[in-house]
Amino acid sequence: MNTVLRTQDVTKLYGKGSTSIVAVDQVSLQIERGEFVALVGPSGSGKTTMLAMLAALLSPTSGAIFIDGQDLSQMKEKERARFRGQKIGFTFQANNLVPYLSALENVELMLRLNKELDKSGKARARELLVRLGLEERLNNLPNQLSGGQQQRVAIARALVHRPEVVLVDEPTASLDTERAYQVVETFSNLIHEQDRAGIMVTHDLRMTRYVDKVIHMLDGKITNILTDRQQIEILAKTSSFQAAENSGESLPLEFIFHSQPDSLSQPVIAAV
Amino acid sequence: MSFYLATKEIWRNRGRFLLFSLVIALITTLVLFIAALAGGLATANKQFIEKLDADLLVYQENVDLQATSSRLGSAKLRELRRVAGIAEVGPLAFSTSTIVFGDGRQPIDVALIGVEPGKPGDPPRIAGEGLRSKRSKDVIIDQPTAQKSNLNIGDRITIKSIQGTKEEFFSLTVTGITDERQYFFQPSIIVPLSVWDNVRPQPAIESGDKQLISNVIAVKLQNPAEISAMSQMMAASVAGIEIADKATAIQNIPGYSAQQSTLNTQQIFTLLIGVLVLGGFFQIQTLQKVAQIGMLKAIGNDNRTIAIAALLQIIIVTLIGVGIGGAGTMLLALGLPAGIPIIFSGATVAIAIAALLLIGPLGGLVSIRLALKIDPLTAIGLSS
Repeated sequence: MNTVLRTQDVTKLYGKGSTSIVAVDQVSLQIERGEFVALVGPSGSGKTTMLAMLAALLSPTSGAIFIDGQDLSQMKEKERARFRGQKIGFTFQANNLVPYLSALENVELMLRLNKELDKSGKARARELLVRLGLEERLNNLPNQLSGGQQQRVAIARALVHRPEVVLVDEPTASLDTERAYQVVETFSNLIHEQDRAGIMVTHDLRMTRYVDKVIHMLDGKITNILTDRQQIEILAKTSSFQAAENSGESLPLEFIFHSQPDSLSQPVIAAV
Repeated sequence: MSFYLATKEIWRNRGRFLLFSLVIALITTLVLFIAALAGGLATANKQFIEKLDADLLVYQENVDLQATSSRLGSAKLRELRRVAGIAEVGPLAFSTSTIVFGDGRQPIDVALIGVEPGKPGDPPRIAGEGLRSKRSKDVIIDQPTAQKSNLNIGDRITIKSIQGTKEEFFSLTVTGITDERQYFFQPSIIVPLSVWDNVRPQPAIESGDKQLISNVIAVKLQNPAEISAMSQMMAASVAGIEIADKATAIQNIPGYSAQQSTLNTQQIFTLLIGVLVLGGFFQIQTLQKVAQIGMLKAIGNDNRTIAIAALLQIIIVTLIGVGIGGAGTMLLALGLPAGIPIIFSGATVAIAIAALLLIGPLGGLVSIRLALKIDPLTAIGLSS
């Protein structure tokens, strides 16, 4: 395992002076290659702001973010755009696909962006879509695809250019439970197979069953990080950190407190 | 990348984009027709003066350079001839007349122009001979007159003038045909000045001044580059005159400036309407694509790519629109009956097309600015 993504005391303030709001407060974390992490927490906890900074869409007010050894906070806008195209794969909760491009063209877009649309790139794009069960839908436009199919196209697009980090924003927002499970499981499988680092922001704790690590945020801080498989399963099943905590004396929870140690005693039920 | 995104979107939404192009096509048609009409009317008004082989035109003073009000006697002609630096002078006299036919053909209204044979104002011929002498009853007809009347060299024509209260008829011989030389919306016939003085419409009582009167004197300079200096010298040497170059003379043809400025204003406003319509359309389209553009930026497209794609779309839509409009205008023009004063001159059409090609990008500037301002954060529902 080697570290692909690392943040160091990252803080993000919105506004200035006495009216400023701390969205993310001195967060330090690291994610290894082949690791799929869920970033969870209630609305306003700072997870989307954190995602924006990890995606090189937003600069931190202070602190540093390293992806593949490069410090994002030092980059100018144009460099960040190029970096996003090369090193980061995205799926968003809505408006994922370019409406006037077919499924295959949407996936190939990332290769075109990186000037990798050669024979092998095209084959890789097609292969990914076939792998995701979209063999019959390659030339369909997004409006001819179901919500689940669109999400699968977005997954293929997020992975086709072999990014270092794959960021998944609320992947289940527009899907029914069964499709949501399928989408996140597919993501998890591909991230592990392709040895990428994946971060999923979700408020749906049921989806954590497919991740290797759960990072819980509250009021801009990381309140705990859960890595034990059994406890992650319980969290996914009950959607309750409290239940996960009480799941077995012989196997204590591995919570790492960065701040607010009292929060553990509270039944932290993320916004579901 | 920009070209790919721009063309793919146009192709996949070709119905919608074609509608925009059709709006541009209609604007193009309107602008080209107005330009052609302005050109046609201007030509019909000024053609004789424009083609005049002269550098300066001399009018009577205090008549606001109005040819029909100006009266210059032969004495002035002689005075001007003596001014150093003047190569030649030629009197010009304008009135209207009607060619009538004995065989029942429709009479043709013409501009009756008197000139001195061989002097400035006497037009070059494209067929036949010139006016033989100062008193010969010869007439040179211009091409539109020849086409309308079916007259040829050697034919005799009859012109009708009202003199006093009576209709008088005069017989003239066609000795030559000149190119198109319309004056004041009428085809022209050119006769010697003394003949003109006889055959022109006249009031019952003349002033009694027996010298030959012209309206304007056309002046050809030895050195055409000295127009300004020569104007001053002529004004100082000859009393009671006002001097204008051809461009000023044309501007002072009655109604010419008002007519041209009206048509030019129409043209400019049509172009402005085009800018606003296209600007509004592309802006609405960009507003509808905020999330999509945010997503494109989030996945790694920079502002330059997005701006060029937007600009390319505007250029393509405008080019197609102007192309359709231009072709449609030409087809319509072919189908128009003869006599409608529209002239598609190369320069006018080129200027109109250039202006039309600019309205798209100009109108689209706001939408491009809007697209540039879209924050990639919108892709994840945040805003900076």
